[in-house]
Amino acid sequence: MGKVIVVTSGKGGVGKTTSTAALGAALARSGNNVAVVDFDVGLRNLDIVMGAERRVVFDLINVVQGTAKLTQAVIRDKRIETLYLLPASQTRDKDALTEDGIARVIAELRMRFDWVICDSPAGIERGATLAMRFADEAVIVTNPEVSSVRDSDRIIGLLDSKTLKAELGERMPKHLLIARFDPLRASRGEMLNIEDVLEILSVPLLGIIPESEEVLRASNLGAPITVCGRDSAPSRAYYDAARRLAGEDVEMTIPSERRGLFTKLFGRRAA
Amino acid sequence: MLSEVLAPSTARHGGSMRLRGRSYLAFALAPEPPIAEWLAELDLWLRGSPGFFAGRPAVLDLSAVTLTSSAVAHLVSELGERGIRIMGLEGVAPEKLGPGLPPLLSAGRPAPGGATEPAPGEAQVAKAPDSAPRSMVIDTNVRSGQSVFFPDGDVVVLGSVSSGAEVIAGGSVHVYGTLRGRVMAGTSGNGGARIFCRRIEAELVAIDGYYRTAVSLDPQHSDRPVQAWLAGESLIISAME
Repeated sequence: MGKVIVVTSGKGGVGKTTSTAALGAALARSGNNVAVVDFDVGLRNLDIVMGAERRVVFDLINVVQGTAKLTQAVIRDKRIETLYLLPASQTRDKDALTEDGIARVIAELRMRFDWVICDSPAGIERGATLAMRFADEAVIVTNPEVSSVRDSDRIIGLLDSKTLKAELGERMPKHLLIARFDPLRASRGEMLNIEDVLEILSVPLLGIIPESEEVLRASNLGAPITVCGRDSAPSRAYYDAARRLAGEDVEMTIPSERRGLFTKLFGRRAA
Repeated sequence: MLSEVLAPSTARHGGSMRLRGRSYLAFALAPEPPIAEWLAELDLWLRGSPGFFAGRPAVLDLSAVTLTSSAVAHLVSELGERGIRIMGLEGVAPEKLGPGLPPLLSAGRPAPGGATEPAPGEAQVAKAPDSAPRSMVIDTNVRSGQSVFFPDGDVVVLGSVSSGAEVIAGGSVHVYGTLRGRVMAGTSGNGGARIFCRRIEAELVAIDGYYRTAVSLDPQHSDRPVQAWLAGESLIISAME
């Protein structure tokens, strides 16, 4: 039986889709069967980041409505053979999602995969609440700035009230992923630092993903950062986070960009 | 199994219905003249707390104003437009009330859950509720968007109250963490209620309706335990050392 993880945030644009793809690819690389599911009906993005946008035939809505079977809709990744994508519909909207339909799809995904990672849309409305409804655990993606943190706090409140787990009286394990962290800006006080975010949200830290230009480059190339920019700082941070998610005890560090020999020589001289 | 379904028939013996009394807690709005100014003040307050009265019972105490029956009806509809549904009226002569207005309430008391004496001629008997002080303990953070409402006594939060969260208590509020949201204590007219917290970064604190917002907080009180209390009509915030 697989584990269902919801990647959510409240605020938009903080890195949910990037993180879903990155964590999914990292977990699949270790040999797990992983399905990443796009719940952002109408504004789908996960297919672009996964590089599968030209191979989408059926989507989540089709499976929910019974027009297609799950096996027809999932798209296998070209680079990692145990990684699959269930895309969202771009032409429909979230009203086409029903709770019973999603329950069936999640149940089937759970049987076929070790990890089912649901990319939640932004906001607190139906799309977001459906994405989290059947999750076993949650990854909350936050940027270290005040609006993102407050929205994440709201989402954490919803995780403790609107999910099936909460209704059954169980506590949902939550993991905080701080994305787009810039240590220089944090030290200048332009961004919240890690301790501030943890103090406000009180959720165990899964990982700290540094800000990097590599992320945009990877998504434009249609690959998760953990596939395309494997050695980059965010990729290394995501690999560590994936290991922690799988239960491994990994020391918390903030990877920094590895500067090549060339930049090391001339970088020092310029300083 | 069947015996649970059968209602005891002896209660209907003689065909008499038993009227039972209940006492509820409602917010009381007491307008003061001039009404237009009071409404403007209310609007200002509502702007800072929109939707506060949604779904919450409210009564209108007209003892401080003299209004004609049409003025009373107009005021009730004005409040209705602001999302405040008046379920009863106090402090107004019964002849001023028409069929379209909320009923007249009597013997309302400021203390929470107090027993009311039945007025002469009324067949109702009010239940005397348990008057022992009660407290609610919340052992997690109060998250943004959550609202804790406990009119019967004190609320203790073993955690922080996030920005965008609110705690409303009839008694005092104790936050063993950082207060970043809103707290309203002493809401049942309890001016002796206090608010305690380990750190104050609150959006709004209020005791018995007297409130202060974040802008009026003294920066020297940040980062240390403080208490808020009411001295007459002033809400004082002082450090606790």
